[in-house]
Amino acid sequence: MSELRETRKEKILSILEKNSVPILFTVFCALGIPLSGYSYGYLGQEIVVRIARNSFLIIALLVPIMAGMGLNFGMTLGAMAGQIGLIFIADWGIVGIPGMILAMIISTPISAFLGWLCGKILNMAKGREMVTSYIIGFFINGVYQLIVLYGMGSVIPIKNPALVLPRGYGIRNTVNLISIRKVLDNLLAIKIFGISIPVATLLVIAALCFFIIWFRKTKLGQDMRAVGQDLEVARAAGIKVEHTRIVSVVLSTILAGYGMIVYLQNIGTLNTYNSHMQIGMFSIAALLVGGATVNRASIGNVFLGVSLFHLMFIVSPTAGKNLIGEAQLGEYFRVFVSYGVITIALVLYEVRKRRDLTRAGRLLAQDQADEVEAKQ
Amino acid sequence: MAHTGVPILELRDISKEYFGNKVLTDVSFSLHSGEILGLVGENGAGKSTLMNILFGMEVIQQTGGYAGEMLVAGQTVRYQSSFDAIADGIGMVHQEFSLLPDFSVAENILLNREPHTRSFVSEVFGDRLDSIDRKTLVSKAETAIGKLGVSIDSSTPVGTMPVGHKQFTEIARELSKDSIRILVLDEPTAVLTEQEAAILLKAVKKLSDEGIAIIFISHRLQEVVDVCDTVVVLRDGKVVHNEPAAGLTIEQIARWMVGRDVDQSRTHRAFDYAQAPPVLTIENLWVDMPGETVRDVSLAVHKGEILGIGGLAGQGKLGIPNGAMGLFPAGGKVVFEGEEIALNNPKNFLDAGMAFVSEDRRGVGLLLDESLDWNISFAAMQVRGKYLKRYLNGMLQWRDEKSIQETARHYIDALQIKCTSSKQKAKELSGGNQQKICCAKAFALEPRLLFVSEPTRGIDIGAKSLVLQALRDYNEKSGTTIVMISSELEELRAICDRIAIVTDGRIAGILPANHPSEDFGLLMVASPKGATEVTA
Repeated sequence: MSELRETRKEKILSILEKNSVPILFTVFCALGIPLSGYSYGYLGQEIVVRIARNSFLIIALLVPIMAGMGLNFGMTLGAMAGQIGLIFIADWGIVGIPGMILAMIISTPISAFLGWLCGKILNMAKGREMVTSYIIGFFINGVYQLIVLYGMGSVIPIKNPALVLPRGYGIRNTVNLISIRKVLDNLLAIKIFGISIPVATLLVIAALCFFIIWFRKTKLGQDMRAVGQDLEVARAAGIKVEHTRIVSVVLSTILAGYGMIVYLQNIGTLNTYNSHMQIGMFSIAALLVGGATVNRASIGNVFLGVSLFHLMFIVSPTAGKNLIGEAQLGEYFRVFVSYGVITIALVLYEVRKRRDLTRAGRLLAQDQADEVEAKQ
Repeated sequence: MAHTGVPILELRDISKEYFGNKVLTDVSFSLHSGEILGLVGENGAGKSTLMNILFGMEVIQQTGGYAGEMLVAGQTVRYQSSFDAIADGIGMVHQEFSLLPDFSVAENILLNREPHTRSFVSEVFGDRLDSIDRKTLVSKAETAIGKLGVSIDSSTPVGTMPVGHKQFTEIARELSKDSIRILVLDEPTAVLTEQEAAILLKAVKKLSDEGIAIIFISHRLQEVVDVCDTVVVLRDGKVVHNEPAAGLTIEQIARWMVGRDVDQSRTHRAFDYAQAPPVLTIENLWVDMPGETVRDVSLAVHKGEILGIGGLAGQGKLGIPNGAMGLFPAGGKVVFEGEEIALNNPKNFLDAGMAFVSEDRRGVGLLLDESLDWNISFAAMQVRGKYLKRYLNGMLQWRDEKSIQETARHYIDALQIKCTSSKQKAKELSGGNQQKICCAKAFALEPRLLFVSEPTRGIDIGAKSLVLQALRDYNEKSGTTIVMISSELEELRAICDRIAIVTDGRIAGILPANHPSEDFGLLMVASPKGATEVTA
């Protein structure tokens, strides 16, 4: 069978369609920037900050996609584990880089356990991983609230009264992370063209990127890619499919926990009961804006996605205010867009799968037409 | 070729039953190193079951194992899983590719057997964090491809390659295993063009020269005669012939394959289809049904006849009704009673007055968790608006339970469906009775043309003849034209007026049903291109 012959118009359309989400966002941003009236210096600074803040979390999503498990909404589990680590170091008063590292160490076993649990459940729900992991996120959120709201200060000793609710147990709605605020960002920070660049944070992210690249080349990474393409073929080749899938979720959850710590050291305050719930959705939306799909995502998608998604975040409230006189509209727009992007990306994924099927049909029709022609 | 010494593989009186249904009876043959053994037989002759036993597939143990003895290099073996068979040096290339489309040829060949190098990370965290040694991977893969004597770029992703190269990749994967002694090729040329097939056959010869024993399963008998040393013909689970290939003709083998003691009790009826006007014409139909692709089929069905469509599995006979009905993407022209039916929408097909009994009884045919009366009536209710009481000028439609019950009872009696009551659930019936429910559902639509696909698949002999009789009676009483698709030639010959044989997605020829079996057998194994010279 030969290649499908397409007109140039069809080819251009298919390229546009494949990259429709990033193109749409580029257009949005291009329109929004002049409307918002921000200077390029300001926008550049903001984007650098957001890249440093969010990239680690988004890279954590790459591993399950590699293993064919789709977008890991269960990354909120890791975020919760990271937050628990941060609450402890805030209580113990451990400051600076050692504090961050200790928080990571505390989060690791919790993330690993939650990731293992999540992986076990996802193995029972093959083909429905995304919705299942989304709901597991809500379930574990309940457990998290039970521990943080009732357990801490009563069963789990918390000494620092600034952390505890006035009633004597439970953690306050916001925890001040002054002890580790921007410690990583300010380490080795330099200024280029008036933009301050958090070199240490970017180095950590670069190291993570190299880890992902290296990981793809290991036996485990190879197995994950095989499992991601076809469970049955991988199984027939003797790869332990279930185990590989669990490892991918565990790894993603642990990385998400570290990512959350990096994220919160930049923000400087912890929203005890909200931070983790938003972060999953925003990370996934950013990755999709970068052109990733449910079954394919690269490091390039991460950085393009963070830049475009957050550029729109920064620009839209002011653009909304200048255009209609309502900052609220821009705020509304943010949330609307994040959910919208996820929905569109999921729909496009299904549409594309179906279109690939009809391509096979068109090839067949083309072959037949060729044969008729050859006979004449 | 004369062989001496201990055979690499010896089967002694292998028998296998599936739920009391004997599929293999005392199969014995032996295979020597470097020998190519052609295994031929119709669908259902037992080839797949035999290979499943050889390869230690789990399905065999799950259904009660097998009787007889299997010896590999003189040692009795009884494999518990296919991994045991692989470890013993048996390689199998299946009809369906088990390749990963995004992996390169080299990665696919050495899937899960990638050479890896240790690093300090893997010392700590275990083997799976070893880095993969790409260089050795590629060179190993290329050695395996080299054994085949073909040139394929080992870095191409498999998904973008032509099917022929995929087939070579599959074989190369087996060859890359150092211990390989016996290689089973299941229909390796079925998806290949003639040139590709020729290259593959040359490669097979080359492998046998290197001492690998090969079991070559094919329905392209010319290839079997050309390439094999020995030919074993299976029919109804028995070895009917085991002879050196030299001197055999295709006609001989085809006759051995299909020729069985035919039940002559049902006489061929005299039906002059040529006098009847065509009721359905199909022109240049293509259907993209996975595994049953149809290419450029043109066909005319005459009013009142029973037309059979036969052919081997995977050749496209099932694609014709599924495509015409709109269950799979299709193109071409279908004209029923002078009106063109728009494809790709089952509603058009049904509205025109046709019906389809699907081969996928449990998936498409039945509502398994619903009662029999529902199963019989729902299609007619949906499509024809039957069994409905209308109020307020039809604004309100109510189910007419009474007429549903009557219809259900009528068909249960007429087709002798064994059930406790019409309220029994469809999933509780036996396969044969389920099939009758499917027929009743189609009959209730009162179609003027009925497609019936594999009506006797998976049901026992007694039920088979009842189902066939029901179809024949329905045709004679109500004058409904029937197109019946079946893998079993004898069954088609028993009730059809004409039989079309589909090979390679095309009609290889149409013959009156009273032609001898061999003629049909020859059409089934005809070379893919330009084989219509036997048309009636």
